[in-house]
Amino acid sequence: MDESLPAWSMPAEAAKKISIGDWPEQVTRDWAWGGATGKGVRVCILDSGIEAGHPLVGELEGAVAVARDEEDVAVAEDAEGDLCGHGTACAGIVRSLAPGCSIYSVRVLGAGFKGSGPVLLGGLRWAVEQGFDVVNMSLSTTKRQFAELLHELADTAYFRRTVLVASAHNMPVESYPWRFSSVISVGSHEDPDPQTFFYNPNPPVEFFGRGVGVEIAWLGGGTIRSSGNSFATPHIAGICALILSKHPELTPFQLKNVLYLTANNVGGGR
Amino acid sequence: MTDLRAAVAAGALGSEESYRELLQAIVECARAIFGAKASSIFLHDEETDELVFEAVAGEGAGDLLGVRFPSSRGVAGWVLVTRQPLVIEELEQDPRFAREVAESTGYVPKGLMAVPLLHDENTLGVLEVLDRPQQAAFSLAEMELLGLFANEAAIALDLLQGARNARAALEEEGSEATALARLSERLAQAEPEKREAAERLIKAIDELLS
Repeated sequence: MDESLPAWSMPAEAAKKISIGDWPEQVTRDWAWGGATGKGVRVCILDSGIEAGHPLVGELEGAVAVARDEEDVAVAEDAEGDLCGHGTACAGIVRSLAPGCSIYSVRVLGAGFKGSGPVLLGGLRWAVEQGFDVVNMSLSTTKRQFAELLHELADTAYFRRTVLVASAHNMPVESYPWRFSSVISVGSHEDPDPQTFFYNPNPPVEFFGRGVGVEIAWLGGGTIRSSGNSFATPHIAGICALILSKHPELTPFQLKNVLYLTANNVGGGR
Repeated sequence: MTDLRAAVAAGALGSEESYRELLQAIVECARAIFGAKASSIFLHDEETDELVFEAVAGEGAGDLLGVRFPSSRGVAGWVLVTRQPLVIEELEQDPRFAREVAESTGYVPKGLMAVPLLHDENTLGVLEVLDRPQQAAFSLAEMELLGLFANEAAIALDLLQGARNARAALEEEGSEATALARLSERLAQAEPEKREAAERLIKAIDELLS
C-alpha cells in the first residue's frame, strides 16, 4: 500500500497545534464509553461470513468474500452468508456490546484449508484499505512465510487508525497476527460479565475478555453455548467500538491505553 | 539415497505402525481423563485438502478410521482453518448443524471440544473430545489440559507423517530399496537366534562386497 510521507519532526510552533485536551485526570469507564452505543464506528469481521438478519446480528453494512484466483486473490460481493457459523457468532457478540455500530463481513474462511494463508492476507489488506475502525480477527496462521507480510499490514493498520483485535493462542506455538505489538491480542477469562476484561502484565497476550460459556449467535437464527478465545476477541472488539464511538479521535495507541486504564484489574469499575 | 538411508535407519516400515498405536493411546487417554464418550484425531491430507480419521476411541471406534471429509466442513474444519481451539455445548439443539457435526464424529454429540494440532509452523490436524459429563461446567483448566494432549498428538502425527514420507521415498527408489528396508525391519523383529544367524550372513555379504 502506498503511504503518504508523514512529517518526521515537530517545529517549535507546532506544540500548541498538537496539544491533546479533554483528558480527565482519571480515565474511568464512564468517561471512556458511558452512554456510547458504537454509533458511527465501522467494525469488520474477518471470518467465515455473517448470516445477515440474524436476530443477534441485524443488518450488515456490507459483505464481501475473498477467494484465490490465478494470480493473487479476488474480492467480490458475498451473497452466500456464513459457511460455518463462526463469523455470525463473532458479529453477534460485537452487536451485543455495541448495538449502534455498523458491521461489515469479510469472508476469508470456509473454502477449506488450502490457500487459506493468501486469502487471509488478501482479506486483511482489503479491510485495511477500506479504513474500518475495528477489525475482529478470531483466527491466526502459523506459517512464517505470511508473518512478515501480516506484520507489515498490522503496522500499516496501526498508523491508519484501524485497530486489529486478534485471538491469541493458549498453546505454546508461534502464530500470527496476535503476536505483533501493533494489534490488540485477546485471551479468555471465565467471568460471565461481558464487559469484564483484564490487562495481562505478562504479555504477549495483552488482554483477557469473556470467552467461557458464551451464548453465541448460530446459523439459522438460533443460539448455542460455546467457549474459546475466538469469542473473547469480539468482546474486546465490541468494547473498542464503544470507546471509539465516544472518542473517535483516538489512535490505536491511545485506545490501547484507555483499555489498559479501564481494565478490571487496573482502574475498571471506577 | 539420503532418504533411503534415513528410512532404513529409522526402520520406517515398522515405525508407522508404532506411531499409529501412539495416536490411539493418546485418544484413549484423553477420553478417560475427560470422562468423555469419545475422542478422535484427524489428520489433514494436504493433497486432497481433506480431514481423515487417524485414531478413534469410544463411540465410533472401528468404523471411522480412514473416513474422509472436506476440510471446509464441521467443527473440525473450522478449528483447522482458524487454528483456534473451540468448545461447543448443546449441539443437539441445532439439527442442521448436528448433521454436519455427525459427519466428523460418527454420531450426534451433545457437546465437544476441538483443538488444532500444531507442530512447528504446520497445522497437522485436529483433536476432538466428545461429550464430557453434562454436569461438569467447562473451565479454562480443561482447555489447558486439552492443549497438552494436542501437543502430544501433534508430535505423534508429525512422526507418523515422517514415516509415511520415508516409505513413499523408499517406494520411489524401487523394489530393491524396499526389499532392503524390509530386510532391516524383519531383522529388528526377528527372534534372537534367527537374528544372530541373519547378522552373520549380512556380515559375510558385507565382507564379500568390501
